[in-house]
Amino acid sequence: MHHPGSNNKVYKKINDNFEWSSENFRKISEIIKKYPSNRIQSAVIPLLDLAQRQNNGWLSKNSMEKVAETLSMSYIRVLEVATFYSMFNLEPIGKNFVQICRTTPCWLRGSDKLSKVAQEVCETNIGETSDDGIFTVVEVECLGACCNAPMVQINDDYYEDLDEESFKKILQDLKDNKSIKVGSQIGRKSSQPERKFDA
Amino acid sequence: MLREKDKIFKNLYGFEDWKLDGAKKRGIWSNTKELIKMGSEKIVEEIKNSQLRGRGGAGFPAGLKWSFMPKDSGKDHYLVVNADESEPGTCKDREIMRNDPHLLLEGCLVAAFAMHAHTCYIYIRGEYYSESSNLQKAIDEAYANNLIGKNACGTGWDFDIYLHRGAGAYICGEETALLESLEGKKGQPRLKPPFPAGAGLYGCPTTVTNVETVAVAPTILRRGSKWFADLGSANNTGTKIFSISGHVNNPCNVEEEMGIPLKELIEKHAGGVIGGWENLLAVIPGGASVPLLPKSICDTVKMDFDSLKEVQSGLGTAAVIVMNKSTDIVEAIARLSHFYKHESCGQCTPCREGTGWMYRMMEKMVHGNVEHQDIDKILDVTKQIEGHTICALGDAAAWPIQGLFRHFRPEIEKRIQERNKRVA
Repeated sequence: MHHPGSNNKVYKKINDNFEWSSENFRKISEIIKKYPSNRIQSAVIPLLDLAQRQNNGWLSKNSMEKVAETLSMSYIRVLEVATFYSMFNLEPIGKNFVQICRTTPCWLRGSDKLSKVAQEVCETNIGETSDDGIFTVVEVECLGACCNAPMVQINDDYYEDLDEESFKKILQDLKDNKSIKVGSQIGRKSSQPERKFDA
Repeated sequence: MLREKDKIFKNLYGFEDWKLDGAKKRGIWSNTKELIKMGSEKIVEEIKNSQLRGRGGAGFPAGLKWSFMPKDSGKDHYLVVNADESEPGTCKDREIMRNDPHLLLEGCLVAAFAMHAHTCYIYIRGEYYSESSNLQKAIDEAYANNLIGKNACGTGWDFDIYLHRGAGAYICGEETALLESLEGKKGQPRLKPPFPAGAGLYGCPTTVTNVETVAVAPTILRRGSKWFADLGSANNTGTKIFSISGHVNNPCNVEEEMGIPLKELIEKHAGGVIGGWENLLAVIPGGASVPLLPKSICDTVKMDFDSLKEVQSGLGTAAVIVMNKSTDIVEAIARLSHFYKHESCGQCTPCREGTGWMYRMMEKMVHGNVEHQDIDKILDVTKQIEGHTICALGDAAAWPIQGLFRHFRPEIEKRIQERNKRVA
């Protein structure tokens, strides 16, 4: 199953010129302070995350080279990290990165149906980006919200307690540029039991 | 059933304010200075007496682990909190971090002081974005109110907490892989020894411990180890957050007394099995890594480390995944095999090659598309993986399959027969 984060090849088609934004440059100096001064390569994951956010959700070769330069690391060490962790995308993704949890607890609650809905509404296949660039849809392993299954992560946010109906609406609203509600879609707080039990 | 006043996690669902003001109303940070004044030896002693066992899965006695840290090594000491919660079924630490982050932070101070550590890193899984945002706000509040930082809580102890986000790798929940990751490398587990208490983060004495274990420590110290030890039974004491997911009417996280019968847990808190108890097929009682239990065992088993070990399973992270009779049990386990194949770090050959082979085999088993002798072959392979890898991911990939065949072998044999009939 394809996933931009489990791609081990560096995307060659775009030759951008990556420079840190002034805001990120300021953030980097804060991040690096968290680690001992001779151990700043500890910041490689946070910096790759910053670079990915600045670069529309994926890491180009130039952006990874910039991270290497910033942390005085060799490029191969940065690439090694970028390919190892699934949250780093090594190819461009759509505006909404839809990650459907497929692991057993979500599957028991109907995650397969969500995958079907996503393919229909987003007009793309699992692992691919829609022609209009609005959606990239992937299936991922456990996202750790099992008591709110089935659930989907879109960009940074979790959408939980879904069914076909509510998920369809979320995707349609994203398509129509409407705002959507984060978290449980059946209105419960966190992972409380739906009905109040006797204390 | 656990009494309301014995609950440690009073804001598990976030009905109350998670910020500092709300936390203080719940008694967090109220007399932290006095707890610290007990001295590190007394703190470790109290945790030992409470018989608290690590809440991250392995169930190692927490006080003993804390006591492994050297007294004066001449190096920096580190406390690393494992918040890389990714064991399928488990979503308890998430609720602590987003709904009661100060409970964790106070625990960090107490635990770090006991281990002579001035620095704590909280390694949170990258996908928990809003959780890390709440936690960071709580850290900022704690600094602004001198609860942590220089002279934390007026104790004279300097203490820093840094939040570090991961980037999506289950293996980083393994303590030495987590340390590698924190050092800016691929998350591949280290050979032990040396153990982290001797040479951990940056080669310095380090203790890696789960969110829930750290978060319960201040309450144990406040209410006394005896109070905690009186809950549950000997060697399986205290309260525990159970994550109940799958085919139940009300999936939820709930704090309960250790040793609660599984049936009571599901029926009282999760609204029962969908279709009723008689419709139960099997339960995975402790997260994806532990072998499943068929209904006959679920009828009576108690939820604690030793009781579940007796029935050849384990408490793990106490993530209860419930499957009723509508479940294709082979597919359920095949999905877990896919998970382990995806998450193997690739360092050890038995796991790297074995997880992929087992997944492909399990996918065939779903349709009965194998021969009868393949069942023994896959069991043999699980035995060759188990215990032959640097970390426990190999074991974790093997156990669910072993559990499946231990209790549901006839189901797969039936599928093979049906398929043979179709082909013939």
